[in-house]
Amino acid sequence: MDQLLQHLLNATVLGGTYALLGIGLTLIFGIMRVVNFTHGELYAFGAYCMYLLVMSLNVNFFLAFFLAVALGAALGGAIEILLLNRLRGADIDTTMLVMIGAWIVMQNAEQLTWSGIALSINSPFPADPLVVGPVSVSWNRIYVFAVAIVLIGATYYFVNRTRLGKAMRATFQDRDTAALMGIQINRIHTATFALGSSLAAAAGALLGPVFVVTPTMGDLAASKAFAIVILGGLGNVVGATVGGFILAFAEEIGAGYISSGYRDAMGFVLIILILLMRPTGLFAQKERIG
Amino acid sequence: MSRLLSFVLVAGLASVPLWLRDFYVLHVLITTGIFIIAAMSLNLLLGFTGQLSLGHVAFFGIGAYTSALVSLGFEIHVLPDVTVGLAPKPVWFAMVTGIVVAGLTGYAIGKLSFRVRGAYFVIVSISFAEVVRLVAVNWVELTQGPMALNNIPALTLGIGPIELSFLRKPSFYLLVLAAMVVCYIIIMRLVNSRAGRAMIALRENESLAMSVGIDVTRYLVIATIVSAAMAGMAGALYTHYIRIVDPDIFLFIYTVTMVIMVITGGKGTLTGPLVGGALFGILPEVLRAMAIRPEVQWIIYGVLMVLVVYFLPEGIVPAIKRSLAGWKRRPIDAL
Amino acid sequence: MSVQAETVLSIEHVAVHFEGLVAIADMTFSVRAGEIVGLIGPNGAGKTTAFNVITGFLKPTSGEVRYRSTPLNRLKPHEIAALGLVRTFQRTSVFRNSSVFENVLTGLHCRGRSNIWQSLLKTRREKEAERELVKDANEILQFVGLERRASEAAGNLPYGEQRLLGVAMALAVKPSMLLLDEPVSGMNPSETARFTQLVKKIGATGVTILLVEHDMPMVMQVSDRIVVLNHGRIIAEGSPTEIQNNPEVIRAYLGQGKKRA
Repeated sequence: MDQLLQHLLNATVLGGTYALLGIGLTLIFGIMRVVNFTHGELYAFGAYCMYLLVMSLNVNFFLAFFLAVALGAALGGAIEILLLNRLRGADIDTTMLVMIGAWIVMQNAEQLTWSGIALSINSPFPADPLVVGPVSVSWNRIYVFAVAIVLIGATYYFVNRTRLGKAMRATFQDRDTAALMGIQINRIHTATFALGSSLAAAAGALLGPVFVVTPTMGDLAASKAFAIVILGGLGNVVGATVGGFILAFAEEIGAGYISSGYRDAMGFVLIILILLMRPTGLFAQKERIG
Repeated sequence: MSRLLSFVLVAGLASVPLWLRDFYVLHVLITTGIFIIAAMSLNLLLGFTGQLSLGHVAFFGIGAYTSALVSLGFEIHVLPDVTVGLAPKPVWFAMVTGIVVAGLTGYAIGKLSFRVRGAYFVIVSISFAEVVRLVAVNWVELTQGPMALNNIPALTLGIGPIELSFLRKPSFYLLVLAAMVVCYIIIMRLVNSRAGRAMIALRENESLAMSVGIDVTRYLVIATIVSAAMAGMAGALYTHYIRIVDPDIFLFIYTVTMVIMVITGGKGTLTGPLVGGALFGILPEVLRAMAIRPEVQWIIYGVLMVLVVYFLPEGIVPAIKRSLAGWKRRPIDAL
Repeated sequence: MSVQAETVLSIEHVAVHFEGLVAIADMTFSVRAGEIVGLIGPNGAGKTTAFNVITGFLKPTSGEVRYRSTPLNRLKPHEIAALGLVRTFQRTSVFRNSSVFENVLTGLHCRGRSNIWQSLLKTRREKEAERELVKDANEILQFVGLERRASEAAGNLPYGEQRLLGVAMALAVKPSMLLLDEPVSGMNPSETARFTQLVKKIGATGVTILLVEHDMPMVMQVSDRIVVLNHGRIIAEGSPTEIQNNPEVIRAYLGQGKKRA
């Protein structure tokens, strides 16, 4: 029973960051319909930023987090402007191929700069975990969970309550009408991509100090993000949040009780099973056949 | 390509072992040839039938592992005290089994891909390949996991008193060349047939294809089976050449390599994968000779892919065809 | 027509509901062998939806469609086409990146018999079969008048000729009934006249035709009988003259002009 509680606690903490990853991708893949292979790299980027800022430049840990997120947004925006802008209106496979190219370049650039060594980032939290009855959790992870929840809430509010958020949703639902209403389509695309990327960077900046930083850390993160998006329904922020927690729980229970080697397979298996049963995703709206 | 030109080309390529003494170059040609076969198989699915399948390396790896396991023999526990085993079989049999198993996997994927469309299918195909990789890593009893299957026997064919061994590079080179020619002919005949027209139709406009009576599911499945079986054959060739196989064979990066070959060469053309495969089989060697680090190599490929998508979206072969047509002022049929 | 021909297509109480939207309320009509029937109605009346239901691209919420007493409800579009009921599309009616000839060859799919193995082994039978198809393709192109365009890319054809190609492809399936979805929309008068002649020519070969169209003069000219759809229901049926003078029909079109709906 204690084991189970610990697993559940771990899953809850992990779920928060997975949700961030998923929300970021659901905005890009779900709303913009870009098969974003760079999402994992933004996650890694967030972690590498933290490393650079905290370990090399001695920036305050919490300030470094804000900077990492901001830099992630900037990078995302840059990718959108440089690479995707001219592909507006192209097929999904064309943009996908460009994203694959960008992913290759980014990951190898990281490899080149920092080589494959796993890097660790010091955090200012006490090393001893907080023990509450039968379960324990490190202070670092409590911080991660708290920040993740705040960011999820902020994103939800932003997308659903602010004008910019509404403009985003309008643009991707019916672009022509949105343009007629005076919405700057190009800026919305850039902003959406930047927002999604910043969430991935945030997830990486939060988890980097918890685990280690490697150039390939983004790959697994990206695949989990896709699983979460499919679980939650394309473009569905609440769905992605729920999906993130579901995946975390599936992984923790699977790793704890089945086999830890197959832990990372959980996400993929979920994807395959869900799409087999519901080819349009779990929470997706029924589409009208025109 | 005209018959005569093709014949001369093939004859020229076949003569290589006679005069090429550098075994390293021969090795590069062999691996390039294997990759070209894999690229041709992907082109059938991605280029001609228009399916965004990014799990192709799974078929390659399944062909490789199946062939290796059947030629080595194996024994696994399906229940704590129930084992299932297979005695080692001759390599040619193992390779055929590899092709068949890969083809069956293709059948399953083909059936599935019709239920799950577009971007979702991309994700499913990638997920599938990853699951297969993780199984290969973790099911140590069957696959030896990361410790790899080694001492895989080489192919020998015996007909009565005559025995052909494909252990040394020159003979294997000819085997790969023969396989490449056979695969090319298969694809050429397939795409120019009634079935091929159906596949292209379903790529271009599914509703329209259905309206003229084409059973799109059926042809999609056929395309996937042929594509998977061919990739499986490439995998089987690979495994009996290198004679070691480990789960890294399933890495996504190899799918990406095949995709780059097909896209830059020209998807949906017959010679596209040849050009793309040759380019990306030989380019790494050239770059390595120039002492360029692998990371930089990959950065170059990534940039190249983006540039091709922007400026030569149809690939190299169609671009060449178009400039030739402009130059000669004559319509040139599908190469 | 002195003898009442048999009914080939019957649509009975077909209804199509989307989430809260009623595209077709209750549609019932039938088409007899050898007729040319025009289905007209104001915009949004449900005509293209009706086509999608008949040809299997859309499942009706209720009701039944029968073609020569075979129920079509469970059949997939390609199975319906194989029965001889073939449709054209209003938009994207051709394979733009293939040549005109290849388009027709593709349309001849159902007439071909060769399977994969024969194709791979390039048997003599396969080669003969392909030759037959080439011959058929040329005949069809001549029938619609596109033989001079055979090697051009379909996407490069003028709009009117693309629609002709769409019909050629439908004819390639050797249909016993043809469903034409707004065949002359977007065509200029001379293209429309040419097309009207083609439709009559096809009808003369015995093919039953059901067409959906907004161009009133064209429909009145070509149809033996007209069926009027409004608000998801059939409100009138009859000869062109009867329909033109039908007060309900006039009321339905009121405010939209009589010539072009």
